[in-house]
Amino acid sequence: MNPLLTVSGLTRMYGNRVGCRDVSFELWPGGVMGIVGESGSGKSTLLSCLSARLEPTAGRVLYDTREDGPVDIYAMGEPRRRMLMRTDWGIVHQNPRDGLRMGVSAGANVGERLMAVGARHYGEIRAQADDWLRKVEIDGERIDDLPLTFSGGMLQRLQIARNLVTHPRLVFMDEPTGGLDVSVQARLLDLLRRLVTDLGLAAIIVTHDLAVARLLAHRLMVMRRGEVVETGLTDQVLDDPHHPYTQLLVSSVLQP
Amino acid sequence: MTDQIRVDSLSKTYVLHTQGGIEIPVFADAALSVASGECVTLHGPSGAGKSTLLRCLYGNCKPDSGAIHVSHGEGTVDIASAPPRVVMEVRRRTLGYVSQFLRAIPRVPALDVVAEPLRALGVPVETAQARAGELLARLRIPERLWSLAPATFSGGEQQRVNIARGFAARHPILLLDEPTASLDARNRAVVIELIAEAKAAGTALVGVFHDDEVREAVSTRVHTMQG
Amino acid sequence: MTSAPGYNFAYLDEQTKRMIRRAILKAVAIPGYQVPFGSREMPLPYGWGTGGIQVTAAVIGPEDRLKVIDQGADDTTNAVSIRRFFARTAGVATTERTAAATVIQTRHRIPETPLSEGQILVYQVPIPEPLRWLEPRETETRKMHALADYGAMHVKLYEDIARFGRIATTYDYPVLVNGRYLMRPSPIPKFDNPKMNMNPALQLFGAGREKRIYAVPPYTPVKSLDFEDHPFEIQSWDQACALCGGTDSFLDEVVTDDRGGRIYVCSDTHHCATRRDAVQEAAE
Ligand SMILES: Nc1ncnc2c1ncn2[C@@H]1O[C@H](COP(=O)(O)OP(=O)(O)O)[C@@H](O)[C@H]1O
Ligand SMILES: Nc1ncnc2c1ncn2[C@@H]1O[C@H](COP(=O)(O)OP(=O)(O)O)[C@@H](O)[C@H]1O
Ligand SMILES: [Mg+2]
Ligand SMILES: [Mg+2]
Repeated sequence: MNPLLTVSGLTRMYGNRVGCRDVSFELWPGGVMGIVGESGSGKSTLLSCLSARLEPTAGRVLYDTREDGPVDIYAMGEPRRRMLMRTDWGIVHQNPRDGLRMGVSAGANVGERLMAVGARHYGEIRAQADDWLRKVEIDGERIDDLPLTFSGGMLQRLQIARNLVTHPRLVFMDEPTGGLDVSVQARLLDLLRRLVTDLGLAAIIVTHDLAVARLLAHRLMVMRRGEVVETGLTDQVLDDPHHPYTQLLVSSVLQP
Repeated sequence: MTDQIRVDSLSKTYVLHTQGGIEIPVFADAALSVASGECVTLHGPSGAGKSTLLRCLYGNCKPDSGAIHVSHGEGTVDIASAPPRVVMEVRRRTLGYVSQFLRAIPRVPALDVVAEPLRALGVPVETAQARAGELLARLRIPERLWSLAPATFSGGEQQRVNIARGFAARHPILLLDEPTASLDARNRAVVIELIAEAKAAGTALVGVFHDDEVREAVSTRVHTMQG
Repeated sequence: MTSAPGYNFAYLDEQTKRMIRRAILKAVAIPGYQVPFGSREMPLPYGWGTGGIQVTAAVIGPEDRLKVIDQGADDTTNAVSIRRFFARTAGVATTERTAAATVIQTRHRIPETPLSEGQILVYQVPIPEPLRWLEPRETETRKMHALADYGAMHVKLYEDIARFGRIATTYDYPVLVNGRYLMRPSPIPKFDNPKMNMNPALQLFGAGREKRIYAVPPYTPVKSLDFEDHPFEIQSWDQACALCGGTDSFLDEVVTDDRGGRIYVCSDTHHCATRRDAVQEAAE
């Protein structure tokens, strides 16, 4: 077995400002990596570089493709990268509006990835959309409603369904519970935890919320000023933090 | 008999960077071996480092030096240096841990909290829930609570759910940190029974017990820590 | 015939026509691909078919016979003025007979009379980009074309079926040309879509405002998008044409009085007239 993602020396500069610097790690199938750190620490930059949306200044990201094994995601051709992004990968944006088509129905939002990979049977596409709406706890009755009429939590769940419908192996999430009320967050977290476990998904989850990290991530990377200052098993990093910055982060919340 | 756990010259010092870099040395050059069928109890005053040692064994605490060899499947793994992925796998198949307090996962019913370690081993849901129910019943958690998330349970109830979860998967190694602290005599007796059964089945146990009665009942050997 | 003095032949200067012809050649070489061109100011406002007129001006020669239709009719203001424009600036012959025309400029219809080899059909195109509703960024739509990344196009058809129980798009129905490029056929009724497929004539599309030319060369496969369980279908009517009795042409609804009276008549006026003549002849 190969790591799903092999990251080495990944650096992204914005002019002479550091986005993220010299990040290396491996992610294995089914592994859930949390990236934590304060605002501006480079979490989103790193996630974008990892998910083929932002070309790094230096370093490499290898993805273990089903056909040819590990391939540099920035060296592969655009068609292949796009195909990967809509089959093997999912991207859940903090703001669901960035990841959804607000002008088309919930069903079409979920069905789009199926159509994009060649599904051409309306009845089957619809049945799968319906099935996925239920899996994310959205009433099947709402399949033809526009997302505009959905609450924030529902929008986020819809975005998740839209991503998971093609059975990706790897999902990237940037602050998936970010803009939500606490009670809505809890439900979404529970759903994410279950889906990730049941589907054996590998995931990289960016969050500034250590409780979210504790609940979802197997491993943590703590970032500060673009660099990874500490990594390890999630509970170990949170219960026995070593780096001064991690200790500060942990001590500034009540009980992560 | 082969050791299930062998700790070699393990040292741990907490460094509190947020408090001017204060150093709290917990233990140095600690050694410990535990064979299968044994229950070694850690004994010593509060602050002696009993919980820290257990947490090191579980990979929850990172020692400064030394090794923690745990037999896992056909081989052994050094928990102190193994990558997270390996530690997770050791926890799934080999290491059980009953912490002092249950860390409740929101919205997950007690029955599933207990069945989860079995599910992680691929045991079918019915079988896993049957075993979970059996343990919860033995520990006197009323059946009407099984479908509720433990977040709202009393401290004692939560601790019993935690114990049931720890015993559910019959891991070859089980770590117990004051599991009986908030239990009444009848439930303490159940825990003593569960430990005896585990020993008989060949489990290697390491435990901390605050009351002498339980310690004396379960202990095959006492490991004293001075702090 | 001679063209009016003061104009170059067909209004456009030779250099502009050469530039447009180069764009057309490229478009023919890559069926369905939108070729940018340097659209010129024309003595007509956008929306009056300036794209189609520039294409016609670039391909028409003194020997050609031009037909111009607007939604099937030869006699609307728009059709008449374009026809007159070329009669004046190029001195070409004009006709209303489909079979007699060598160049047909059209707005929103394909003639009912089948076209033949050697004919050129020039479409006036308001919006050339089929992916525009889906993706407003030009850089992104270009990339989608380059990668034939068209799956999301079905989203629109999906929405139709979800909302109306069938594909409700009736005009400007998207097609895949030569199995490669997604194309907007301009706002012709989907009734006309099958006529584009393997047509012996050369089909040229000009969008003036958006400065794009594209083409379907003779005998090119043109497929209308659909689903396996909701195959593409053309419009059909319960009635026959109230004027010629035809049942196989595209019908327009015409309100006849202010009491809600209405009839259906062929949208292709030349086709309808020809049939009426034929029926009358047979009767005599
Ligand atoms: N597009 C950009 N242009 C310039 N600087 C940027 C850009 N995006 C992020 N940065 C900078 O890079 C650093 C990391 O930002 P970001 O990755 O967004 O952090 P986080 O997600 O942890 O809040 C910050 O200093 C930020 O100001
Ligand atoms: N996470 C921690 N950070 C800092 N110091 C700790 C931490 N956990 C325990 N300690 C300190 O380490 C020493 C040993 O504690 P502990 O292992 O809990 O002992 P015991 O379980 O024997 O009471 C104590 O001085 C305690 O204050
Ligand atoms: Mg961010
Ligand atoms: Mg303790």
